[in-house]
Amino acid sequence: MKSTGRVHSFETMGTVDGPGIRFVVFMQGCPLRCQYCHNPDTWDTSQGKEYSVNEIMAEIKKYKTYMESSGGGVTFTGGEPLLQAEFLSQVAKACKDENIHVAVDTSGFILNDYVKELFKYTDLVLLDIKSYDKDVYHSLTGARLEPTLKTLDYLKEQDIKVWVRYVVVPELTDDLDTIKALSNHLDKYPNISKIEPLAFHKMGEYKWKELGLTYSLEDTKEPSGELMEKVQEIFATNGKNVIINT
Amino acid sequence: MSQDLKNNLKQEWYDFVPGSWTTEINVRDFIQHNYTPYEGDESFLEGPTDRTKELWNEVLELMKIENEKGIIGAETRKPSTITTFGPGYIDKDKEVIVGIQTDEPLKRGIMPNGGIRVVRKALESYGYKLDEHTEEVYKNRKTHNQGVFDAYTTDMRKARSSGIITGLPDAYGRGRIIGDYRRVALYGVDALIEERQEQKKLLEISVLQSPDIRLREEISEQISSLEELKEMAASYGCDISKPAKNSVEAVQWTYFAYLGAIKEQDGAAMSLGRVSTFLDIYFERDLKNGLITEEEIQEIMDQFVMKLRMVRFLRTPEYNDLFSGDPTWVTESIGGMGLDGRTLVTKSSFRILHTLHNLGPAPEPNLTVLWSNNLPKAFKDYCAKVSITTSAIQYENDDIMRDLYGDDYGIACCVSAMRIGKQMQFFGARANLAKALLYAINGGRDEKTGVQVAPMFAPITSEYLDYDEVVQKFDQILDWLSELYINTLNVIHYMHDKYNYEKLQMALHDIDVHRTEACGIAGLSVVADSLSAIKHSKVKVVRDENGLAVDYEVEGEYPAFGNNDDRVDKMAVEIVENFMNKLRKVKTYRNAQPTLSILTITSNVVYGKKTGSTPDGRKGGEPFAPGANPMHGRDKNGAIASMSSVAKLPYRHAEDGISYTFSIVPKALGKTTDERVNNLVGLLDGYFKETGHHINVNVFDKETLLDAMDHPEKYPQLTIRVSGYAVNFIKLTREQQLDVIHRTFHER
Repeated sequence: MKSTGRVHSFETMGTVDGPGIRFVVFMQGCPLRCQYCHNPDTWDTSQGKEYSVNEIMAEIKKYKTYMESSGGGVTFTGGEPLLQAEFLSQVAKACKDENIHVAVDTSGFILNDYVKELFKYTDLVLLDIKSYDKDVYHSLTGARLEPTLKTLDYLKEQDIKVWVRYVVVPELTDDLDTIKALSNHLDKYPNISKIEPLAFHKMGEYKWKELGLTYSLEDTKEPSGELMEKVQEIFATNGKNVIINT
Repeated sequence: MSQDLKNNLKQEWYDFVPGSWTTEINVRDFIQHNYTPYEGDESFLEGPTDRTKELWNEVLELMKIENEKGIIGAETRKPSTITTFGPGYIDKDKEVIVGIQTDEPLKRGIMPNGGIRVVRKALESYGYKLDEHTEEVYKNRKTHNQGVFDAYTTDMRKARSSGIITGLPDAYGRGRIIGDYRRVALYGVDALIEERQEQKKLLEISVLQSPDIRLREEISEQISSLEELKEMAASYGCDISKPAKNSVEAVQWTYFAYLGAIKEQDGAAMSLGRVSTFLDIYFERDLKNGLITEEEIQEIMDQFVMKLRMVRFLRTPEYNDLFSGDPTWVTESIGGMGLDGRTLVTKSSFRILHTLHNLGPAPEPNLTVLWSNNLPKAFKDYCAKVSITTSAIQYENDDIMRDLYGDDYGIACCVSAMRIGKQMQFFGARANLAKALLYAINGGRDEKTGVQVAPMFAPITSEYLDYDEVVQKFDQILDWLSELYINTLNVIHYMHDKYNYEKLQMALHDIDVHRTEACGIAGLSVVADSLSAIKHSKVKVVRDENGLAVDYEVEGEYPAFGNNDDRVDKMAVEIVENFMNKLRKVKTYRNAQPTLSILTITSNVVYGKKTGSTPDGRKGGEPFAPGANPMHGRDKNGAIASMSSVAKLPYRHAEDGISYTFSIVPKALGKTTDERVNNLVGLLDGYFKETGHHINVNVFDKETLLDAMDHPEKYPQLTIRVSGYAVNFIKLTREQQLDVIHRTFHER
C-alpha cells in the first residue's frame, strides 16, 4: 500500500465544500486541464509536500472540535484526489474510525479498485460534471465525459450521497438545452441530494500567469445573475434541491 | 443595612420573590430569585415606534454635523460634575428615557481633574478656548496629571517617552470601573446612602492609619455623590431616592446612575455592566400585570440605547490617534449562564441586540455576548444573524470567565471581566514587548534613538542571532520592565485616587472592593515570530555605524504564529506566562492583584510606528497585529488554524483578556443564510470550547470598505469591530482604514 500522499495545501475553514466547517485538503496532481481551473498550481503530480497517513491525521484531528460544533468534517479536493485514492482510502478509513465526516470533491474521472475502496469510507461525493456535451467536455477538460457518468452510476449503486456541481461559463457551458439534458439525466439518481450550479470566476487567473500558462478565458465574463437563476430553475425540475451561490 | 430595608419589603417590590437581596445590597440575588430565562427565538420582537424613529433621525442629523465639524460643541468654563448642568433634551416630547451629559445633546463637557493641559489642548484643537477664570482656579487646584509627574522617576519618564510603556492613563481618566448602576433602580438612592453611613460608622476605631483615613474620606465623597445624583434626577422631575416601581423607571433610574458617572468622569472606558437581564425582571412583571406591551418595552430599550450611543468625551487629537473613532466603551454584557445551570438569556437579551436592527448598526454601546456552549440554540442563532448583518457584536467566553467571576460579572472596556459592584481595576495600558526584545539585542538602548533606556548591559554583537542568547537577555529585560511597569502604575493610581477619585462609581461598589492592576502586552505575535525566526531560520543583524542593531535579514522560512503550529505557538504561550509571573512578584498599590491583557485597541498602528525593524522580518514603523492576532498574511492555513493558535494563549495568565479580531467575507461563511448562521455558531462554539477568550466578528466584503474610504457619506453607520470595540469605519484615520483593509481577510 502506498502510505504517503502529496498535498498541495490545507484550508482549515472550508465552508463551501460540504456541510459545516470543513478541513479541506488540497491534493496535488490532476489529469484534467480545465480551461477555467482556479488551482492550476495543483496539476503537477511531482509538486506538493509529502505526508504520511499519521501526519495528515494529526492535522485533521486538531480541528475535530470545530467539525463537531458545526456538523462539518474533512473534504479531499485538489487537484484530483482520486489520483491518490490508494493513499486517501487509508486516510478516509482513519477518519471514519475517528467519527469524522468525509467528503471527496472530484471530477469522477477515475474509477479503479482504490477509488472504490476510498468510496467505502466516503459520506459525500461532490461530483463536478463539467459539461453534458461530450465535445464540449473534451475541449474544456482535455478528457472524456463518460468516466464521470460511470462513476455517478457506481455511486448510485453503492447508495453514496452526491452533490453535483456544474460550473456555468458563458459561451462554453451555458447552453440551456444541454443543461436541460443533464438535468433530466440526474433525475435518475435518488442519491443526489443537492445540485450546485457555480458561477465561473477568474480568481485563479493570476496563478496561470505565475505558472507561465496561457489563460484562454481572459475575455470571458462572469455569468449574470439572471443566467444563474435560469440554470437553477432548469436543474430544479422534478423537485431537485438546487442551491446557487449568492 | 438600614432598618427600613431589614424590616419591610418595599412597596415598589411587589410581586418580586424575596431573598437575601431584601436585607442586604445584593443585585445578583435579586436576579437569581426573579428572572425568567428565555429559550425561544426572536419572533416576538417589535420594530421601532414612530416616536423612536423620529427622535433617532434628529440624533442622526446631529451626528452628521458632528462628523463634519469634529465635535458639535464644548463647554469651556464649568468643569463637569454630576450637577453642573440642568436638564437637557434632544426633543423632550419624544423622549421616553431622559438625560444627557451637558445642557445640549452631544456637547462635550470638560473634566480637568485628570489634567488641565489636556483639556486646554483638546479645546484648542477644535477652535475653543478654555475660560480664563477656570484656568486660574486650576492654577491652585492640582490635577491627577500634575500629581503623577511630581512623583515619576527618571526611569519612568524615559520608558514613557521611548514608548516601551505606553498609553498610560497619566493625563486622562483611567476608566474601566463599572458602577453597579442597577442598585439605584432596585434600592433607591436613600437606602444606598444609609448603607454607606453605617459603613463609615464602623470605621470609628481607636487608631486610624492612613488606609482607614483614606477610606473614611472616600466614603464621605461617595455619600455626597449620591446626594448629587438625587439632585440631578430631580432636575428631570424624577425622585430616585426610592426604588423604581415599573419598567420605565427601572431603565430611567439605571440610566441616571450611569449618566451621573459619565457627567463626573471621562475615563477611557465607561462601561455599563450587565443590565439587560436585570431590567427584564421589571418588563416581565409589567407584562404579567398587563401594564405594558412588547412594543412599549422595545421603545424603552431603543431609547435607552439611543442615549448610550450619545455618550461623548472631549479628547485630544493624540488620544484619538491611539483610540480612534471616539470610543467610549459603553460595554453591556449579554447572556451567559448562571451558576445553577439556567441560562441568563432573557427576552431582553434579544431586545438589546435588536436595537441594532431598529436603529441600525452602531459601535456603541459595545454589545458583548457572553458565550457559553450551553446557551439556548435560538439565542446563538440570533446572535450569529445579527453579527452577519451588522458586524457590531463581540463575543467572550462565559465558560472560562464564570469559573473566576461567578455569574454576575461584566466586561469593562473590551475584554476585562470583573464582578459587578465587587471588583474594579487600575487600568495599566500596555508594555511594548516587541521593543523590549530589541532592547535585549541592543543592550538596553532604544533602537530608534540610541538612548540608554533600560540599564546598560552587554549588547549582542554576533552577525547572526543565537536563540539561547536572545532568550536569556530578553528575560533580563523583562525583569527590569515588569518592575518599572508596576511601579509606574502604582504612582498613577495613587494619584488618580487622590486627585480624580471616581466617587459615584465607587459609591455603587461594595466597600471592600477587589482591585486588579491590569497590565498589558503589545506586539505578542511579533515577539513570538521573531523568536521562531531566530530559532528555526537564520536572522542576520544589520547594525548602524554606532553598533546599534537597526534591521534584520531573515534567511529561510520559519513557522509563524497563527498556523496552529506548536513550534511557535508554545513560544507565545511562554512569553505570556513568563511576563505575568514577573509582574506577580512586584508589590502593588492597595494590594491590587496584577493581571495581564493581550489587547492593543487600535493602537497597534501607533506602537508599530514607534518600533524599529524586528527579527521576524517586520520593517521599522509597520503596524503590529492587533491584540493577540497573528501578523497580517502570515497565517497560511485559514481562519480556524489562526484562531486555534490564539486559543492556546493561557487565560489564567492573562485574566484581563485576550483579544482576537476575525474578519470574513460573507461568501466564505457559506452559501446560504442558514449555512452562514450554522457555520458562525459552529465557529464560536468551537473557538470557545478550545478555550479562546474573546473574538470580534466582522462579516463584510473588502470592496465595501474600499468604497467607504472614497465615499464616506454613503456609509454613516458602517460599523466594524477592531480590537475590543467597534468603530464607525469612516471615523478612522486613513492609515487605520488601510490597516483594517490589509489585515487578513478570510476569503476562501
